[in-house]
Amino acid sequence: MRAIRKLASVAVAGVLAMTVASCAESDRGEGGEGGGEGEETTFTFGAAGAPEMFDPLYATDGETFRVTRQMFEGLLGIKPGSAEVVPELATEWTSNEEGTEWTFTLRDDVTFHDGEPFNAEAVCANFERMFDQNEAGQVAAEYWGYVMGGFANAPEDSLYQGCEASDEYEAMVTISRATSGFPTMLTLESLSMQSPKAMEEGDANGIATEGEGFSFPDYAQNPQGTGPFKFVEYDQATGAIELETNDDYWGEAPASDKLVFRVIPDESTRRQELEAGSIDGYDLPNPADWPGLEEGGNQVEVRDPFNIFYLGLNPEANPQLKDLKVRQALYYALDRDQLVSTQLPEGAQVATQFMPSTVSGYNSELQPYAYDPDKAKQLLKEAGAEGMTLTFAYPTEVSRPYMPDPQQLYEALRTNLEAVGIRVDVKTASWNGGYLDNVTAGKYDAYLLGWTGDYDAAFNFVGTFFGNLKENDFGTEVMPWGKQLADDLQAADAIVDEDERAAEFERINQQIMEEYLPGLPISHSPPALVVGGDVEGVIPSPLTAEEFDTVSVGGR
Amino acid sequence: MVRFIVRRLMQMAVVLAVLSILLFLWLKALPGGPVSAILGERATPARRAALETALGLDQPVYVQYSRFITRALQGDFGASTGVLPGEDAFQVFLIRLPATVELSFFAILVAIALGIPLGYFAAKRHGSPLDSGAVVLSLIGVAVPVFFTAFLLKYFVAVEWNLLPVSGRQDPGLEATRVTGFFVLDGLLTREWDAAWDAIKHLILPTLALATIPFAVIFRITRAAVLDTLDADYVRTAEAKGLTASVIRRRHVLRNAMLPVVTTIGLQVGGLLAGAILTETVFSFPGIGDALAQSYREKDYAVLQVLVLAAAAIFVIVNLLVDIAYAVIDPRIRTR
Repeated sequence: MRAIRKLASVAVAGVLAMTVASCAESDRGEGGEGGGEGEETTFTFGAAGAPEMFDPLYATDGETFRVTRQMFEGLLGIKPGSAEVVPELATEWTSNEEGTEWTFTLRDDVTFHDGEPFNAEAVCANFERMFDQNEAGQVAAEYWGYVMGGFANAPEDSLYQGCEASDEYEAMVTISRATSGFPTMLTLESLSMQSPKAMEEGDANGIATEGEGFSFPDYAQNPQGTGPFKFVEYDQATGAIELETNDDYWGEAPASDKLVFRVIPDESTRRQELEAGSIDGYDLPNPADWPGLEEGGNQVEVRDPFNIFYLGLNPEANPQLKDLKVRQALYYALDRDQLVSTQLPEGAQVATQFMPSTVSGYNSELQPYAYDPDKAKQLLKEAGAEGMTLTFAYPTEVSRPYMPDPQQLYEALRTNLEAVGIRVDVKTASWNGGYLDNVTAGKYDAYLLGWTGDYDAAFNFVGTFFGNLKENDFGTEVMPWGKQLADDLQAADAIVDEDERAAEFERINQQIMEEYLPGLPISHSPPALVVGGDVEGVIPSPLTAEEFDTVSVGGR
Repeated sequence: MVRFIVRRLMQMAVVLAVLSILLFLWLKALPGGPVSAILGERATPARRAALETALGLDQPVYVQYSRFITRALQGDFGASTGVLPGEDAFQVFLIRLPATVELSFFAILVAIALGIPLGYFAAKRHGSPLDSGAVVLSLIGVAVPVFFTAFLLKYFVAVEWNLLPVSGRQDPGLEATRVTGFFVLDGLLTREWDAAWDAIKHLILPTLALATIPFAVIFRITRAAVLDTLDADYVRTAEAKGLTASVIRRRHVLRNAMLPVVTTIGLQVGGLLAGAILTETVFSFPGIGDALAQSYREKDYAVLQVLVLAAAAIFVIVNLLVDIAYAVIDPRIRTR
């Protein structure tokens, strides 16, 4: 009896195994991948998180953009290694005198990855597609909303007004008013050109909210651009994204045949994988690791800083901060030279204003506020604010390019403030766990924050900070000059002539630093990326927007 | 038996319902959330409000909960915002589950394969150097935190000596075919031997790290249980009857000693998830544990909810299976 039962179970197991085995077939092509057809070269990059999806319009984070950047191109591009705007899919562009009608001359030798032609009609289809978003799309298409201000359902809010294909390779875009952001904003990864046919077939605009997140349409998993690399697959089970060379690319062919992005959430594991040779590079290594990585034979590629780290102040939260003398006292109390040399990576600079020197509109005449604790004490005395209490906050569980280790930076600044007799009420919260909420809600007198530029425009820095009177983290609404500053910034942004505009921003920068001082700009830090010793052709980008088509791994 | 199982399943439903409410309230009470995670530095009150409205976060908590539970009962748990953005949270669970099952399976297998024989021989040679050595080993297994074991293994074996992979489940360059989601099995089924071997290589270190605690516990329980039964009257009787040593071992000692061991194994399987969170995080092994840690860090509430509820369900089901296994081993329980 027992023997029979045993036999039966063995038989059942055998049959089961054979059935499963018979429907399991290898997808690999005949002849095998490993070897055979010459040497295939792959550049493997360690990513810190999973991409959101692959449609750049709905992307908001660096992990997604790093992947889509290799597949998509905009009308305008960025010169590698700089923040300078250069032609990409458009070869030239001109505007009418008012700066509201822009004519783009397009390349005539470009096709999308799916074989569709790139022309003026495709450009307009892209603009209309980005403009015409449903309710979920309007929230998800964050960068469009951010730079254009509105969508088709409320065209009066929108900078974008329309697009017309005036010729096969000539497109005219109309905007509601002149702004320094246009057409520079067309370098934004989110505003890249995608195949209209593929977008229609994959219902690219069919985004919806699902619970507290977004569910993306099929298109977002199989995007079609014009760039040097094409999408192959995203294996969610291993967190690996694979791209391959676009053989029909209009420009120079990429140096590697394949790009692989591997999601490795833990930074020390990324470093170990690099040391073990299983990845060829990763982004934003902790500055403390730079020397060790270089000793290990890796290359730490330091980017030019394109960011600003500041100590934000909010007079709405603490009325004592309304007094310019108090704000200046706080600034004189900070030993920023020491901070930059001991707490920030090599190449960091003390800030003299709210934007880095590479942005047009930067005022090179401005001198940094010196470290002068005696003057700080004296100013506090004059303002009757000796021994004032300051609710000063920093974020945890975060590292930003401008702020590698918030807590250490905070401790240094706090020591400076306490040295001039200010009582610091220490507040902290995790970045996603309430810190940003509290900053925007005005719950802190003082806080640490910063900004990495989206593109080369002064308004992208100072306009973001003070250009919107009602909604900014500096509480400028309660200051007598708050409205003037916001109006000046808006007006400067609308100046069509570039030199004139730069001069006006220089003037405003001086005014901000000398008369207003709404916050205390601290420093600019260079973010880095690290690649193995045998990797060639990496061009570090100040916008942290590296294109990997020039990258190859030596000897492989 | 059937009635017993049905009753237990109904208990499980109640447990899950209560847990889902507590979990929901707890998550809502936490500061911050997905809006901050999505907007970052670009957050302004207006943009924040627009996103909150779009995601329904501006509704009262009970409305949010009733929406959540209504959708959940239809199999829609909300989209992930951090772990695998855009994917339904339950889908995230399904994508990540095989990794953890595979890892836990091998870990418990190693723990049993080492723990039971070692425990048996340690008891048989009570007081011998083998016994003392094994006891010390098991004490270390229990005392050293899993993440530390994992970290040491990773640092020396993978990073310093470069013998095994540092992290992940499989080399993406292999282009392995996916059938079941269990990579070792997939490799065997499709005869992609290199893929199976690569998956095994990725499993070795996490398996060893995760196996330490169950190994130690199983070893100690086996040893104690065998010591007990060796002293039992029926064993002495069996010896007196002149039964061969192997029959005594199989029928009388091991079978009786196995009862507490099976319970222990069951509990250990349920507890593996706790160890898996640490092990998977250290090795960036893309399973449930890693997803759980990541979803908490990135405020991916949809995934967090599904994973916690699933973990609770798995724990209850494993316990039920243990009870059934009990009934199989011990006929006295069946009749009750």
